[in-house]
Amino acid sequence: MADQVLTIPDSLSVSPPQIADETFLERLHGWVVTVDHKKLGILYVLYSVFFLFVAGAEALCIRIQLLRAHNHFLSAAVFNRFFTMHGTTMVFLVGMPILFGFANYLIPLMIGARDMAFPRLNAFSFWLTAFGGLLLYFSFIGGFGLYGVGSAPDVGWFAYAPLTARAFSPGHSTDYWALALIVSGFGTLGTAINIIATVLSMRCRGMTLWRMPLFAWLMFVVSGLTLITITPLTAAQIMLLIDRYLGGHFFDTQAGGSAVVWMHFFWIFGHPEVYVLVMPAFAIANEIIPVFSRKAIFGYPAMVAASAAIAFVSLGVWAHHMFTVGMTSVSNAFFTLSTMLVGVPTGIKIFNWVATMWGGRIRFATPMLFCIGFLFQFLLAGLTGIMLSVSPLDWQLHNSYFVIAHFHYVLVGAIVFNIFAAIYYWYPKATGRMLSERLGKWHFWLFLIGFHITFDTMHFLGFMGMPRSIYTFEPDRGWDRLNMIVSIGGFIQGVAVLIFAVNLVWSYYRGQPAGDDPWDAWTLEWATASPPPEYNFATEPVVRSRRPLWDLKHPEDPDWRYEQ
Amino acid sequence: MLSAAVALAAAGAQRAVALTSNTNTSIFSPESTPSRSIYELSLFVLAVTGGIFVVVGGLIVYAAVRFRERPDDDGSEPPQIFGSNQIELSWTIIPVLIVVVLFLATARMIFAIQDAPKPAAALEMSAIGHQFWWEFRYPALHITTANELHIPVSTDADPRPTFMKLTSADVIHSFWVPRLAGKVDLVPNRINELWMDPHTPGLYVGQCAQFCGVEHAKMLLRVYVDTPEQFAAWVKQEQQPGAQSPASAAGRREFESQACMNCHAIAGTAAHGQFGPDLTHFASRKTLASGAADNTTENLERWIEDPDSIKPGSLMPSMHLTPDQVREITAYLNTLQ
Ligand code: HEC
Ligand SMILES: [Cu+2]
Ligand SMILES: [Cu+2]
Repeated sequence: MADQVLTIPDSLSVSPPQIADETFLERLHGWVVTVDHKKLGILYVLYSVFFLFVAGAEALCIRIQLLRAHNHFLSAAVFNRFFTMHGTTMVFLVGMPILFGFANYLIPLMIGARDMAFPRLNAFSFWLTAFGGLLLYFSFIGGFGLYGVGSAPDVGWFAYAPLTARAFSPGHSTDYWALALIVSGFGTLGTAINIIATVLSMRCRGMTLWRMPLFAWLMFVVSGLTLITITPLTAAQIMLLIDRYLGGHFFDTQAGGSAVVWMHFFWIFGHPEVYVLVMPAFAIANEIIPVFSRKAIFGYPAMVAASAAIAFVSLGVWAHHMFTVGMTSVSNAFFTLSTMLVGVPTGIKIFNWVATMWGGRIRFATPMLFCIGFLFQFLLAGLTGIMLSVSPLDWQLHNSYFVIAHFHYVLVGAIVFNIFAAIYYWYPKATGRMLSERLGKWHFWLFLIGFHITFDTMHFLGFMGMPRSIYTFEPDRGWDRLNMIVSIGGFIQGVAVLIFAVNLVWSYYRGQPAGDDPWDAWTLEWATASPPPEYNFATEPVVRSRRPLWDLKHPEDPDWRYEQ
Repeated sequence: MLSAAVALAAAGAQRAVALTSNTNTSIFSPESTPSRSIYELSLFVLAVTGGIFVVVGGLIVYAAVRFRERPDDDGSEPPQIFGSNQIELSWTIIPVLIVVVLFLATARMIFAIQDAPKPAAALEMSAIGHQFWWEFRYPALHITTANELHIPVSTDADPRPTFMKLTSADVIHSFWVPRLAGKVDLVPNRINELWMDPHTPGLYVGQCAQFCGVEHAKMLLRVYVDTPEQFAAWVKQEQQPGAQSPASAAGRREFESQACMNCHAIAGTAAHGQFGPDLTHFASRKTLASGAADNTTENLERWIEDPDSIKPGSLMPSMHLTPDQVREITAYLNTLQ
């Protein structure tokens, strides 16, 4: 398996011999000016992993502060900045870029192309995103917020009006927040356009849309959804800045503006955003689960249809974040129904993954472990989502720790788990070396245990009436012990992530050589060298089915006999 | 089922806490019709989602265990199955049916709670959110007070639900006392409604549930559910102007010659400020600054001297008074029963 070298006929390596003695500066220059989708993909991933550490550290500070009632580790003001920055960072500087990084790296390889459709736009988008992140963090020096001087945004990642009006948020911290998101938002739009164009026009010969790997399909859907959702966010940010500096009154309630309009704008972005983040995680599961179950994905057309359905329905559910703002009973009922309906296509996906595993021969390598964790947690996240869609129940649970638990189940339990799975799975392709399985297993189990200690417990804090975004809580509420447990789990996750970091670095130098196709997989990226040469494939591959490498490995029983 | 069982266990634990303290905020120990309806609905939803969890979670675990690679496998690939339309169809239709059931149960409850008619005997009042404190007004009773809410108990024999209108003077806040009702936001430029009919007298606590700035965490709520007699007495007391005793005249003079009166009102005196809480009957409150501290002489002195030492970031400034001034004002405020 691992030593077996498989190439698509004619795609032999024609790499020029590596120029051995590039200086450090030359190499750095190479990375800065690169338009190669693989290098940009890696840059995205490194950038996100860096911010994962930053935002993770913020989360740990938050958890130290909440270790016990009336703790004094962080002041109220600093706490508010940290949870705002934690949320904003995780969504915009970790989740989005890392998933687009995977798309960038993998889509051209999977569809047998040499690069994205617009390589320069690709580089431009990355640097916009990177600049957005820098801008956001520069606020620690450049802005001052509700309280104190020289500091970061402190209005929550949802930045509800009118708390963001100049009357309530003097200084520039909110401006940094808005501008950073506008800038990185344009980067995201560029990448989304690029992915759509690439998928539509760069597929190799024989790869019809119906033969495209599901990963590419889902990224295609996500990119379409991104175009629709980032737009209202950007519009809202611009309106906010107009309010703040040009005397506009969109959200300025003191002058008759509407606080609720901001919520609509934000959640029309914010809800689909959840799917923008989670569908790439699905995309990853769609590649990993079949390979490690040794079976073709079950119900490929249903998977595509379900993804499109999720994208579509997700555009009509945003006001489930607003059940408590005083909508009419009819609107509440409508958004309850539309939200519950998302459960149907999502359920189809879960069932198809289980059916893929069914009757297979499951190999529990680290990527698959993370994927099974994902399946389990995503199931639970979906079910707590159904609970929250029940609007009367949401009147109780909205803005409580139950909601925090629910969306961390999605964002960590599903998405971060699959991000880890993807890194374990494709790291060998990108670096030519395997990540250590032993460290990988430590990483997985510690992270799993820490995750459940933290986030399972949070559900109960929600039932017990603990609201989110509070820098401290009253000792008489009986929340002490559970908060302590939550914090301990957080630190266990922190240790797991450190092990992961060690693994990334150690394996880069000492890891086992990977070979072209270490997992005995079936999609085109495994047909070229690891790491792939700059041009990906020497000649354009030709495919006849969804699993070209299966056909190659099993000439006696190729897929194209069965696929219609 | 599993999660339902766990939730019930949690509810049980909460009940145990409830016996010993009245600062329980569990959504599983409801004491009023809306919160009880939600509680019952939540048990149904927990049972359904718990059932799904057990079935599907079981399938995942079963598949992972049953179909794991074994050391004695011959290394050949398992049979490749590409899908089945019948199966896809069945696991589309079953979830749709579950959704229909859940939706109908939910919709019924939405209308029952949100569109409940207001009986003639209802107490009408309003709550206004301010950055980090609550203002309560009872227009028909001519009462304005702050931070600690008094409402009458509502029994089957003598139903007296409270219907509250909510709005905000600045940013968005949210009124949440879990044992009495689901939360409703206080949104500037907008009037929302909430009702509750607590069945048992006593103290119910909660807090602001929408991030509203620095001291959001210390925007606590105390709701006293009074027996009819207690409530009548409270109303009578609140309708009096602030007590004036000659003993505290110095403190009153001090209060009225400092900025205090620009921000605070004390009925029957020259103080008509609206920016801060009404202090007419401040001494009858158990807590200070929206629950940030107990209302003791010591805390009050500390508060007047430097509010930030109790609630850093609150919108009341330190007036840099001398210890004597602070003591006199404190003595005066302590007479405002
Ligand atoms: C700039 C306006 C302002 C001034 C001046 C001011 N206060 Fe306040 N005061 C407030 C605000 C706002 C609050 C509510 C703070 C909170 O809970 O976050 C408050 C709260 C209080 C409370 C607690 C009320 C309660 O219900 O718990 C007391 C007592 C009080 N002020 C006394 C004083 C005294 C005495 C002075 C004069 C020395 C004074 N205030 C001056 C704005 C002001
Ligand atoms: Cu949502
Ligand atoms: Cu608040």
